[in-house]
Amino acid sequence: MKKAGARIYTFLIFLFLYAPILVLIVYSFNDTETASRTVWGGFSLRWYRKLFEDRLILEALCNTLIIAVVSAAASTVLGTMAAIGINSMKRLPRRIMMNITNFPMVNPEIVTGVSLMLLFVSAVRLLGGRSLGMGSLFAAHITFCLPYVILSVLPKLRQMDPNLYEAAQDLGCPPVRAFFKVVLPEIMPGIVTGLIMAFTLSIDDFVISYFTSGTTQTLPIYIYSMTRKRISPEINALSTVLFAVVMVLLIIINARNAKDQKRSEG
Amino acid sequence: MNGLRIFLNGRLTKPLIFRIVISLRLHLKKVMLSKEIAKEIQQLKNTIISLKDITVSYDGEQVLGGFNLEIHDGEFVTLLGPSGCGKTTALRTIAGFIRPDAGDVFFYDKNITNLPPHKREVNTIFQKYALFPHLNVYDNIAFGMRLKKCSEEQIKETVHRMLAMVDMSGYAHRGISQLSGGQQQRVAIARALANEPKVLLLDEPLGALDMKLRKDMQAELKKIQQQTGITFLFVTHDQEEALSMSDTVVVMDKGMIQQIGTPMDIYNEPKNAFVADFIGESNILDGIMQEDYSVKFAGHDFRCLDAGFGENTLVDVVIRPEDIKVVEPDSTLITGDVTAVTFKGVHYEIIVDVEGFKWMIQSTECCETGDHIGLSLTPNDIHVMAKSEYSGMFGDYSTFSDEMGEDRNASNEALAEEEGNADEI
Amino acid sequence: MKSNSKLLSAPYTVWMTIFIVLPMLLVGYFAFTDKSGSFTLENILSVGQYSNVFLRSIWLGAVATVVSLGLGYPLAYIIAKMNARRQNVMVMLVMLPMWMNFLLRTYAWMTLLEDNGLINSALAAVGLPRVHMINTAGAVVLGMVYNYIPYMVLPLYSVLTKIDKSVIEAAQDLGANSREVFLKVVLPLSMPGVISGVTMVFVPAVSTFIISKMLGGGGNLLIGDLIDMQFLGSAYNPNLGSAVSLVLMVIILICMGIMNQFDDGEAVEGGGMLL
Repeated sequence: MKKAGARIYTFLIFLFLYAPILVLIVYSFNDTETASRTVWGGFSLRWYRKLFEDRLILEALCNTLIIAVVSAAASTVLGTMAAIGINSMKRLPRRIMMNITNFPMVNPEIVTGVSLMLLFVSAVRLLGGRSLGMGSLFAAHITFCLPYVILSVLPKLRQMDPNLYEAAQDLGCPPVRAFFKVVLPEIMPGIVTGLIMAFTLSIDDFVISYFTSGTTQTLPIYIYSMTRKRISPEINALSTVLFAVVMVLLIIINARNAKDQKRSEG
Repeated sequence: MNGLRIFLNGRLTKPLIFRIVISLRLHLKKVMLSKEIAKEIQQLKNTIISLKDITVSYDGEQVLGGFNLEIHDGEFVTLLGPSGCGKTTALRTIAGFIRPDAGDVFFYDKNITNLPPHKREVNTIFQKYALFPHLNVYDNIAFGMRLKKCSEEQIKETVHRMLAMVDMSGYAHRGISQLSGGQQQRVAIARALANEPKVLLLDEPLGALDMKLRKDMQAELKKIQQQTGITFLFVTHDQEEALSMSDTVVVMDKGMIQQIGTPMDIYNEPKNAFVADFIGESNILDGIMQEDYSVKFAGHDFRCLDAGFGENTLVDVVIRPEDIKVVEPDSTLITGDVTAVTFKGVHYEIIVDVEGFKWMIQSTECCETGDHIGLSLTPNDIHVMAKSEYSGMFGDYSTFSDEMGEDRNASNEALAEEEGNADEI
Repeated sequence: MKSNSKLLSAPYTVWMTIFIVLPMLLVGYFAFTDKSGSFTLENILSVGQYSNVFLRSIWLGAVATVVSLGLGYPLAYIIAKMNARRQNVMVMLVMLPMWMNFLLRTYAWMTLLEDNGLINSALAAVGLPRVHMINTAGAVVLGMVYNYIPYMVLPLYSVLTKIDKSVIEAAQDLGANSREVFLKVVLPLSMPGVISGVTMVFVPAVSTFIISKMLGGGGNLLIGDLIDMQFLGSAYNPNLGSAVSLVLMVIILICMGIMNQFDDGEAVEGGGMLL
């Protein structure tokens, strides 16, 4: 009885979560003109064809990927270094650093966005240089990705046996090599998690990009401008493609995790 | 104290006789009479918990198979066995956390097999204490009473009485995380006892404590049990703990009871090679029971106190290392060469090679490696057991290397000591 | 090792000073100056005109948070009770929609909620009257709940799975039935998860500007919309926008301070996000 109730409840919540996505996917194959979004006109791939012919979308996608790769890589390196530094600090400076790190995560995104916009606009006005664009997007994305990297690396550093690094040196390994041979592999899972998080956050970000992009288009900004203007079913096709990509990625990651688990169990 | 309390309850005769008999038995080792009396007395006592044909499996693997056990009111019973032997499963079945696949659990004569844990009049002390982290010491101990809707006054009185009993007065308003392991242990005991259980179940409660604390808590638990008269069912894998605390020890292996008896019985008269080896050190040899009171092993005939195996029957012969006397080689039947000597403080542990079979001897007299010595046995030192599935698995010290890993605590301590030394350097 | 390691965080410190501390100071500077750069309190004072916008944002955000908690807690509880394999699948299913661009998901709700959208078509098909749903406050709350409910479920789930099973057994052992076990042990122990879930839903819900734009029409202006208008919209006025942002930040800090009081200051680990 109880179990059936739990099942029904779970089903209803997932229905709520997935119904809109399902609608998008179904209507991406709808062969109809833009007049009505809710009339079924037969199966067709025309919106996919149109999507891949849309130069603006492809350009926006390209920008998004470049920004994501660069800012994920940069924030991972910077964040990992910072985490190691913070980990070796004394209580008080560590607390200050953690507060600064936590701040952008607690602060409303929109406030972070406008504050960065003010910074970039003021910088342009004071120092001259080009207006907002890829450069400001890189800086903004690195900034909001950094805390996530630090917060996924720090726990791994804390879990690590502090004697490990000393043991490596004791066995004759010079400090820098000891770091790369012993410490880095140990905290690698945290770094990878941070990298993946930074990458996905960057790809998905709209609010902060919206305020710091100037005239540069990223995919979320382009989607936003589409929803504002004439709504084209191309959006449906785009969502379906993105959803499929994410699903495939998640399944691959999960399969790999399952394999790793099996290996560690065996 | 205990006698007085029982007297006040109007149940003087049986337990008192039992106690007297126990003390008598201390002196009358291996007298058949005492065994019979004990049996009779056990039957006279109230059975508080009984497990009948309990079968429990996890993922198709049977942990308990047709398990039967009776626990008597007021006793301190210990389930003793290696990890995975099913002792914790038996305990959790009584607590109600496990529904057996088959069989019944009785509380007095009431079948409680399907009663949920919160309706059972037993309480558990968990391996890692399971104190509520969001409540302080006072509220932890008051938890059960608040559920029973006791008045706050009564709760206050009981909590303070319990805290006093476990020697923790003044800690009432501490948070759980501020307590040491030993203190948490005491709070867990107070919390369980505040509920006034009929039976207290203890699931390896001392496992997480260090050696010294463990010894103190053993004595304290024993004292509490005697004070309150509550039946204790204690689970442990530590044979010394079991022997020193219990009225009755239940030795388990592979989901089955190997032997039930008083600590003395279990030590002096193990039923099979498993029990003999698990409880203390034992030399276990193949022997032939020639006739009643005569057994042949190590190539010679010996007189013994055992009978009833029939004539020319194959048996296992157990000889405890501390019972063997070291003598001049020409004055005895068994002789051998010393292969190893270890100083153990109170005694030396001597390994002797007797025609390929290695014996362990614990003696206060020192020998040198290579000495040719004689081993002397009296009939009292020889214990004969029927052959069992465990025959031949234990009791030869040929591969003996201080039985590493068996006493993990000791080796951990040694390690800690080494670390300490390293720091000093 | 130690002194070298500390140096490793120097680039980060510089970075955060430039891109977090400095911009915040700029927000403060703009909030207290006029267009010519001289000090004024006018911006802060004129925020008072928009008190109805603030109240609406906080009200809708709070409703969305409560609804998310009400819907999310049972789900997290159900998932936490499943076996490990199913738990992983379920958690992935909760997270999966989050990986899809939230503009697209919100857009999908437009398709569903419109006056001649799917839900209304379905209602009409079975002979029920159409309901006006889009461009209402209810639609905005729905959008918020939909977008942010995973942020409620995940911290709750991770706290619930961390509760030591033996503590629950201990409660049963001491005489608590399943209702009492939940109220006296599970619920208090999951408070850190409730707090971080509430924070993670309330903060973005209060400050959102897209959900209200897409599902709320023009009639449900929120703080986020107000800020957007001052920076990138028709009413360009960064000074007023900064003042509004500053007030928003203060409100959120106060709300979180209040939330923190419920937490006894202990066990912030689950949340771990507060200042």
